[in-house]
Amino acid sequence: MKTFLLRRFLAIVPLILAVTFITQVLLIASPGDYFSTLSESPSMTPERLEFLRAKYHLDTENVFIRYWYWLSGVLTGDFGYSFKYQTSVWSLIGDRILNTLLLAVGALLISWGLAIPLGILSAVKKDSIVDRLAGGLSFVGLSIPSVFFSLLMVLFAAKTGLFPVGGLHDQVYWDFMTPWQKFVDVIWHLFLPATVLGTIGMAQYMRQMRAEMIETLSQDYIRTAKAKGLSLRTVLFRHALGNAINPLITLFGFSFAYLLSGAFITEFVFAWPGMGRLTVDALIIKDEPLVMASIVMVTVMLVAGNLLADILLAAVDPRIRLE
Amino acid sequence: MSAEAAAGRPLLSIRDLRTYFHTSDGIARSVDGVSFDIFPGETLAVVGESGCGKSVTAFTIMGLVPVPPGRVEGGEILLGDRDLLKLPESAMRDVRGNDISMVFQEPMTSLNPILTIGRQISEAILRHKDVTKVEARRLSIEMLSRVGIPSPERRADEYPHQLSGGMKQRAMIAMALVCRPRLLIADEPTTALDVTIQSQILDLLNDLREEFEMSVLLITHDLGVVAEVADRVIVMYAGKVVESAGVVDLFERPGHPYTRALFRSLPSLEHRGEALQVIPGNVPNPLDFPSGCRFRTRCPIARPECATTDPQLIEAAPRHLVACPFSSDGGDAQ
Repeated sequence: MKTFLLRRFLAIVPLILAVTFITQVLLIASPGDYFSTLSESPSMTPERLEFLRAKYHLDTENVFIRYWYWLSGVLTGDFGYSFKYQTSVWSLIGDRILNTLLLAVGALLISWGLAIPLGILSAVKKDSIVDRLAGGLSFVGLSIPSVFFSLLMVLFAAKTGLFPVGGLHDQVYWDFMTPWQKFVDVIWHLFLPATVLGTIGMAQYMRQMRAEMIETLSQDYIRTAKAKGLSLRTVLFRHALGNAINPLITLFGFSFAYLLSGAFITEFVFAWPGMGRLTVDALIIKDEPLVMASIVMVTVMLVAGNLLADILLAAVDPRIRLE
Repeated sequence: MSAEAAAGRPLLSIRDLRTYFHTSDGIARSVDGVSFDIFPGETLAVVGESGCGKSVTAFTIMGLVPVPPGRVEGGEILLGDRDLLKLPESAMRDVRGNDISMVFQEPMTSLNPILTIGRQISEAILRHKDVTKVEARRLSIEMLSRVGIPSPERRADEYPHQLSGGMKQRAMIAMALVCRPRLLIADEPTTALDVTIQSQILDLLNDLREEFEMSVLLITHDLGVVAEVADRVIVMYAGKVVESAGVVDLFERPGHPYTRALFRSLPSLEHRGEALQVIPGNVPNPLDFPSGCRFRTRCPIARPECATTDPQLIEAAPRHLVACPFSSDGGDAQ
């Protein structure tokens, strides 16, 4: 287990190098740079532009030189300053990565919390009304575009006033709140975006859980368990669930990655200050240090998600040993 | 054994049992009017080809036929005074694993891969007996040791994938017998094992049957296995019992044309080098059995009237029932 963890952590290093290098290649390969828009400005002289490009090492098209400038900074712990915000990239990313994590965890709780019980219920009551309703729900969840669903939820919030239409927390009274009130306020703001994100994932996991459970319930060892005279409840939860949930744990690693990168639209519609918007904005204006640092963070979180899935898998299934 | 036992009261009586499967293609009459008794302490073998209904009979006794598509259409399964088919599910759960246990064909897949062997055995005890967890664990280890698993203390904490196929089947037997059932149903218990392990498992079942004073219902297609362990034999064909006899009687004087054909299709040392005689044709489709005698389409002595009359089991000799009115004349001609 220890060697496994160590190896996985060491494996992150070449992965990050590869991912950031490819990102650098793509940034150079796409036309223009951060200062391209500034060059349109009448107050900008060509000399000034050249000076700025040289200062930020944008004056060469050589990938290796550009990448080395970035990497040598990173090796000394300096991820650079955002071109746009003129502050250290970490000060920008720090809070946002937490916000994104919060949204991802909220969405995961909603999607898994609904998907697993509904999936089990559908499998046990296969072809019943409950199964059909759950199937219909997942059909809606799978087919509804997240932009539309997000806007629908914003409309719902605006019309009923039950939920805030966006943002991370209350803008006016935030500074006067007790820690508990702050917590409740954030959860209240989190609810709708997490529901949107969670519903989309939920549909898929529920279908998967149902299929896995039906498959598991037809296994020989389930028949053995029944032949011992065990109750349906014991057969389901002690004998079937642990086996059926196995492939879903693997999915969990992927879903985490999806939530980190795919939350952009939801973050945008709900004005949720997360990594998605920051990264996409940075990409559009080619704020290179910010792009690179975001990529590093998302890579680390992705690997962490998969690592968590691997550890969970080993905890559930004794045939898997982490070595 | 069987002669004395036959005089006593049966442990389990099956009367006119019918289990059908309602599929989209029609009704499969997998078990269609099966009757037999199992007496205390005997090993009764049920023999037949794949699809003859022997396993479905076993699952019906256990109440483990999947509903739907399966449905028990009629009959009685009497354990003492109780008709198991009339018991509510909760009462049936008390019977399963306690009065009647079952060992399955595939030891490789019949154990839950994510629970330890010890846990899977002790949960059966905890379900049926009023014991503590510690006591259940002690009984499990004792049982593992009894079925011949070396270092049972250690094995109890291992998972199924750490055991060989033979060991798994021993563990399955330990699991089935830990509550001291009166009847053990063994559904092809040695089919998936290699030959040397097969005979060890059969010997073990035989020893345990004597030690625990239980009856064994052995489902098999292997006449060699039957000869080794059975006291009495039921031959099934296409959902019906076609012959029932003591094991010696059956091997020496098989009555039904089907049973005779089965024996002729066995390889033997006397006829080395000769081609084996196969039974012509195929096992009939359970959705569409022939009318009258279901074996008539493959029977060497079939007559026109076989298509119209349903042959009943008749006593061809004492305690030897055959479902063929013409069995005494010339079935062995070829």
